[in-house]
Amino acid sequence: MRVNVNVNGEDMTAENVWPGESLLYVLRERLGLPGSKNACEQGECGSCTVYFDGVTACSCMIAAGQAEGRAVRTVEGLAEEPGKGSDRTLGTVQDAFVEAGAVQCGFCTPGLLVQTDDLLERTVGAGKGAPDDAEIREALAGNLCRCTGYEKILDAVRLAAGRRAESGAAHE
Amino acid sequence: MEFLSPSTLEEALEAKSAHPDGVPIMGGTDVMVELNFDKRRPSTLIDLARVPELGEWGTDGDHTRLGAGVPYTKIVEHLSRSAPALAKASRTVASPQIRNRGSVGGNLGGASPAGDAHPPLLATDAVIELASVRGRRRVPAREFYLSLRTTARQDDELITAVLLPEPKGPQQFAKIGTRNAMVISVAAFSLALDAEKRTVGTGLGSVAPTPIRAEEAEEFLAAEFDWEGATLPSESLVRRFGELVASVTRPIDDQRGTAQYRTHSMAVMARRALTWSATEYRKGVTRCA
Ligand SMILES: Cc1cc2nc3c(=O)[nH]c(=O)nc-3n(C[C@H](O)[C@H](O)[C@H](O)COP(=O)(O)OP(=O)(O)OC[C@H]3O[C@@H](n4cnc5c(N)ncnc54)[C@H](O)[C@@H]3O)c2cc1C
Ligand code: FES
Ligand code: FES
Repeated sequence: MRVNVNVNGEDMTAENVWPGESLLYVLRERLGLPGSKNACEQGECGSCTVYFDGVTACSCMIAAGQAEGRAVRTVEGLAEEPGKGSDRTLGTVQDAFVEAGAVQCGFCTPGLLVQTDDLLERTVGAGKGAPDDAEIREALAGNLCRCTGYEKILDAVRLAAGRRAESGAAHE
Repeated sequence: MEFLSPSTLEEALEAKSAHPDGVPIMGGTDVMVELNFDKRRPSTLIDLARVPELGEWGTDGDHTRLGAGVPYTKIVEHLSRSAPALAKASRTVASPQIRNRGSVGGNLGGASPAGDAHPPLLATDAVIELASVRGRRRVPAREFYLSLRTTARQDDELITAVLLPEPKGPQQFAKIGTRNAMVISVAAFSLALDAEKRTVGTGLGSVAPTPIRAEEAEEFLAAEFDWEGATLPSESLVRRFGELVASVTRPIDDQRGTAQYRTHSMAVMARRALTWSATEYRKGVTRCA
């Protein structure tokens, strides 16, 4: 089947899709967007997290046909000025992960970035305070990291939350 | 494989009637695991995500009508007052990403004995609405689960909604697992007190081939509970309730836990749920007086 889907603001078409394959497979293998990672294909690790019509979901748990006509935002769409390779300007969450040393092998990172972006949208971005540690842990409970031990990831989320709150205040 | 995307309930029911072996897919959090690992190769997938009715909720007389496809996240956000036990159970399902997609209809469709929606549906005496081209019918949750992964749903039927009675007293849900998130329950328990009818409802998960009730425990507690004065139940009453709940379990040993551990944990959860509920009930009664 053919699947039309808007990815990171761009209308895209995937051809010859097997209807039972996952959105993750479509993104990586058919649309050339390998940012979302495949580490388990069973909803357990969160490495494939994307925004699906504005709500975060594991793209490995969405059938290709279910994505027809929907809007998807992947880790590639988080950069503030999407460009090619090193021309991209990273977003606040991405910068914070780099600075805090929250990335080791990097396999879990794309999913964590999308899920963290969503957490900050729903808290700081919605005019609420920065999320406390319990909220951060709950929001990221479905994102597994086998390298960092999570401490640096928590640091990165706190850093990004602080910056987003500041930039929000600066706009007012 | 055929992929059908009905956009109305009528079309969905026609699709299911024309393909009784077709597999409905809503949030996909059970179906996709099977497809990704080649455990299932259905001839037809029927996508229910575009049927508006399945994603809606609202009041229906003295019930809350919950569309079969409403994701757990929405249940936690919107139904914590009108369906406390189900909302508490929903909060324990998997992770935020899975809760954003997974639905009670999907939990009922798969009917795993470990599904977290089942104990609250049993305890609160919820009703499941099924529909086919032949019409709609309602089946009490207490008559829905027949044997391992087999339910009262016929092959040509879809689950359209769950009807949740307005709460008339405290409702609790407890679950045992290896961590706070992302665990299929080792054992789960739900308790609902109905202060108007002075009845008790229970629901037990992961301790038998289907979700079950502990009817003797329900009757015992309904008779012994101090509905009038709201005095907290004695230690021996709480212990007896726990024993009666644990006595109906028929668990198995598996990778998540031993049968013995499941039975033991059921007694512990039943005691805790009763203590929490009695404390909450007492607060309600003293506030009214
Ligand atoms: C990582 C992970 C963790 C999980 N953790 C938990 C947990 O903690 N607790 C828990 O209970 N479950 C858990 N699950 C299982 C799953 O998320 C739930 O069972 C969920 O409720 C399924 O809903 P869904 O909409 O995604 O179902 P789907 O996968 O879309 O469908 C599930 C089944 O129901 C059928 N179906 C769906 N909708 C209907 C309908 N309207 N009428 C008839 N049949 C229908 C489908 O054909 C299929 O057989 C987990 C799953 C994953 C991947
Ligand atoms: S690859 Fe999707 S959750 Fe692991
Ligand atoms: S950095 Fe390696 S899995 Fe997280």
